[in-house]
Amino acid sequence: MQQDAARLKVTHEGDIVQVEFTSRKILDEANIAEIGDQLSALVEAEHRPRLVISFAGVDHLSSAALGTLITINNKVKNRDGQLRLCNINPQIFEVFLITKLNTLFHIYPTIKEALESLRSGAQTGRLQ
Amino acid sequence: MRPVFARVVTGTLMKHLKLQAGSRGRRESREKSVGLWCSEEFPSQMAEGRRVEEKILSQCRKYAYGQRDLFALKLALEEAICNAIRHGNKSTPNKHVRVKYRITRERIDVMVEDEGSGFDPAVLPDPTADQNLERACGRGVLLMRAYMNNVVFNSVGNSVMLTKFNESYSSSDTPINSTTVAFG
Repeated sequence: MQQDAARLKVTHEGDIVQVEFTSRKILDEANIAEIGDQLSALVEAEHRPRLVISFAGVDHLSSAALGTLITINNKVKNRDGQLRLCNINPQIFEVFLITKLNTLFHIYPTIKEALESLRSGAQTGRLQ
Repeated sequence: MRPVFARVVTGTLMKHLKLQAGSRGRRESREKSVGLWCSEEFPSQMAEGRRVEEKILSQCRKYAYGQRDLFALKLALEEAICNAIRHGNKSTPNKHVRVKYRITRERIDVMVEDEGSGFDPAVLPDPTADQNLERACGRGVLLMRAYMNNVVFNSVGNSVMLTKFNESYSSSDTPINSTTVAFG
């Protein structure tokens, strides 16, 4: 099942929710608020959310975007769920390294590996 | 609401910069290093901030700044302008943000100033500390410092000067000192 929202492309794979961004730049304040609301709604719709967020095609982000991801991560954890990030380009991954958020998020090179980690119950990301 | 305007800063500031550049030696180096200061002032709205960001980045492309530099500049400008609007001016529509910038082939200097009461960057919590990792905010200054060659706040803390050297620029000339521009 697939549904297209303004800022996100959402696909359901069994009980796993896959999300891709439709904008290459997710740093705009208006975009971020909207993206945060849509992601929150996805998390709150699940009892124990299992979410994969792909950064394919995203070429920029800001600390506001990082803040939104952290808020979503906290919501997922509060519902005893799991969040995976994947397809992060090297320049953006550097932002995760600088902020040490690579140690907070579970990050995988590809969506396939992120999905496999959820199915196998792996507790750490491939990219640290 | 004051109209958005762009103007070239002349007079005392240019004289000051020329005097400083003159003390650095070769005439060729001086002419290359001293660009024109431009200024923009806009109300506390991110859309206006983004317009100014794009204007500055567009000029950097003309000076052949590379993709890495442009990524760094966009990120740092976004953080500085967002801080000015949200934390400095508290998003108050009738408060303005002032951006002054100077671009040469070698380097870019950008000053972002708000109408707020300022802050002390020295007392910011470390956002990379374990206990702060799950906080949703507080990473802007860290990112500015990581991606710029120099980041200097004025004593009040309502103005920041960002400096970035053009990584694509190669010359036997010694880059000018990044901390000598008029500021504060």
